Amino acid sequence: MEKLISEFSLGLFFWQSAIFIGLLFLLKKFAWKPILDAVNERETSIKDALSSAEEARAEMEKLQSSNQQIIKEAKAEKEALLKEARKTKSELISSAKEEAQKEAQKILSQAQEEIENEKRTAVIELKRQVGSIAINIAEKVIQKELESKEKQIQLVDQLLKDTDLK
Amino acid sequence: MRKILSKTNYLFSLVVIALFCSLSTQAKDKEVSKDIKVEIKEYINHHLKDSYDFSLFSYTNNSGEHVYIGIPLPVIIWDNGIKVFSSSRLKHGEAVTKLGSDYYKLEHGKIYKTDSVGTISYDKENHITNYAPLDLSVTKGVVSMLLISFLMFYIFKNLAESYRKTGGLPIGIGRFFEPIIIYLRDDIAKPNIGEKKYSSYMSFLLTVFFFIWFLNLLGLTPLGVNVTGNIAVTFGLALLTFLITNFTGTRDYWLHIFDPLGSSMKWSSKILLYIVLIPIELLGLIIKPFSLLIRLYANMQAGHIVIMSIIGLMFVFKSWIGSPLSFGLAFAIAIIELLVAFLQAYIFTMLSALYFGFASEEHESH
Repeated sequence: MEKLISEFSLGLFFWQSAIFIGLLFLLKKFAWKPILDAVNERETSIKDALSSAEEARAEMEKLQSSNQQIIKEAKAEKEALLKEARKTKSELISSAKEEAQKEAQKILSQAQEEIENEKRTAVIELKRQVGSIAINIAEKVIQKELESKEKQIQLVDQLLKDTDLK
Repeated sequence: MRKILSKTNYLFSLVVIALFCSLSTQAKDKEVSKDIKVEIKEYINHHLKDSYDFSLFSYTNNSGEHVYIGIPLPVIIWDNGIKVFSSSRLKHGEAVTKLGSDYYKLEHGKIYKTDSVGTISYDKENHITNYAPLDLSVTKGVVSMLLISFLMFYIFKNLAESYRKTGGLPIGIGRFFEPIIIYLRDDIAKPNIGEKKYSSYMSFLLTVFFFIWFLNLLGLTPLGVNVTGNIAVTFGLALLTFLITNFTGTRDYWLHIFDPLGSSMKWSSKILLYIVLIPIELLGLIIKPFSLLIRLYANMQAGHIVIMSIIGLMFVFKSWIGSPLSFGLAFAIAIIELLVAFLQAYIFTMLSALYFGFASEEHESH
């Protein structure tokens, strides 16, 4: 300890303190402050860049997911449209079928009615002709009857035989 | 085959010659070696001390005179007015310096006022009783510190300017120093002092770290300066740590010293404990920076002593085994010293930061 004290040089201590404090203030002004500021600035800029990149990525992801959503919606709409079209088509077909059937039915019934009418008129005609034939026959029978009784009967028989009423 | 044989022959003859040489010198130097030991011891002691001129080396010429090679530095003393003169006039303590009507003499590395013949008187405990004037000389240590200061200013100013030029990127030697600065900030200042307050201590921590480190490294060069191994320098540095610690101390810091038990006990019961505790806490204030100054001083001093002693061994042994061995050893120690140079700067900075952390702490949680 005594050696330490005897070794202690006041002059050196004075100069050391003066130099060190001077150096401290000079460096603080010209070196440490600008250096630390620059380093801090760089670090914050790196941090900012990283966070903005992260943000951009998140944005991108959001965009992608919204795109997916849009595609999904479009698909669903397409599906719905197709379904509706199919439905309309089948409805159309079935309604057309029904219509046709109805028309056919109508035509058929009309034709039947026509035929019936034709038939009726034909029968009327036939009845009329049969009547006239019968009248003719009756005429001839009457004529023959006029000849002989036997012949008349014979004729009637004959005529009856010839004439098929049915 | 013949070549190898001739080679081994050559080697063998070398070994034999070396052996003979060492044997003969050993016999001759038995008496001289004692003087050499004393001389080495003196040389080391002289080297460890600060000196008035920037001595590079010295030797003894054929006529037995010591010849000193170096740069003389200004000597400034205060003895009834400032007296400035060149250190070459001190003549390394071998003669008296006459300044006007006063005579001064360099004795054991200090300047004393003497009579015209240069008598140095001693008391019973072998202390010099001559009057020692106030000495503010620009010594070798001061010049070394100035050199390092200029170097530091140059390096870090350049680094600071390189950021402005390149837009935030270091260039040149700054690429080496920037990570160290960031390391000091992130691993010493921030964890010990805290995110909030560390920035106001950064200038001191950075300056003290590089100042000690560079001076330690300068001490390893053959210039033979021993600045950080000088008690006055380490005292100055530790004093600054002490002053900054206590001037930036918060209320909590002082409360911790004068009321370490806090509200956990009643005042009546605490008082007795505090008679013992408070002096211990106050002593702790001084012991902390004191340990800093002693640690740095002792480590650097010891490093210099070890290296120089091992180098000195070469001259003691003067044999073909001893000299290379001590050279190898000195080389290894020098490499370790390189590490110690960094380590001591780191420890000083680290502990300073720790003390600042204690001082600036606000809400204690214990």
